[in-house]
Amino acid sequence: MNLQAFLVVAAALVSVGLFGALTQQSIVMVMMGLELLLNGVILAAAAFWYFLAPSGTEGQVLIVIVVTAMAIEMAAGFAVTTAIYRAKRIDMTDDATELRG
Amino acid sequence: MTTALFVVLAATAVVAGALVFRVDSMARATFLLLLSFLAVAGLVLMTGLQYVGLVIVLMMVIEMVVMAVFMIMYMMNPAGLMSMSMFHNTRGAAVIAAATFVALAGGALLVDWPVRGGSPAPDPTMALGESLMSGQMLTMMTLGVTLFATIVGTVVLATGRGRYDRLGDELDAPASDDRDRGGVGR
Repeated sequence: MNLQAFLVVAAALVSVGLFGALTQQSIVMVMMGLELLLNGVILAAAAFWYFLAPSGTEGQVLIVIVVTAMAIEMAAGFAVTTAIYRAKRIDMTDDATELRG
Repeated sequence: MTTALFVVLAATAVVAGALVFRVDSMARATFLLLLSFLAVAGLVLMTGLQYVGLVIVLMMVIEMVVMAVFMIMYMMNPAGLMSMSMFHNTRGAAVIAAATFVALAGGALLVDWPVRGGSPAPDPTMALGESLMSGQMLTMMTLGVTLFATIVGTVVLATGRGRYDRLGDELDAPASDDRDRGGVGR
């Protein structure tokens, strides 16, 4: 168990999360992909703290920030889903085309 | 022992995370995602961050249970009873995800990382608390304000009929425009 092993696992989580966020049609599943992506960031932050700079607390603070970002992402995401579903009965990303360029 | 534990947790985190997008039930996907989060929390605990690891466990369990409720509200495929595809643009996304993994993992393996500087504080939790209450106070305050803004924003977004719908844009309607009559003071 070393820094590289942790970072490769974190990279795998980020990639899987990115794949999910890009492919899923359901808005809720897109959010699950984003959560998985941030999960990888948490793991990488913990690894950086432990293996590179354990004497400081910046790594831990970064984890606190990411965990908060996950909570905010989920709350805001569900609020947007609720709003768009209430307005247009849409729960799929393909149907929400107002902002298509 | 430590290596075996690491391998098991890492495999659980990645495999459960990948299965989230393979199972055809969104309810199962939620709990697989929870399993992935718990495995990552285990890995964080292995680095000696007991407090942060436990916070992740508590937060993710609650978050996934809340997510399960919304999942049931908006699910495309209840309980996996119908076999259906919930994907779009699978090939393009697979290429992007694979390229991301190669870039990140390649960077992780090829970069000449610096040597470990210092050793962990005897009590990392205490160190985190002291840091958040002194040097990182601005971070903590920003997080607090952001969370408060989230509360306001989500309530505004999720409210079906607010006071402007009921009392007009100037809030000066003599009687509120409600679908149902009644209520306090009327």
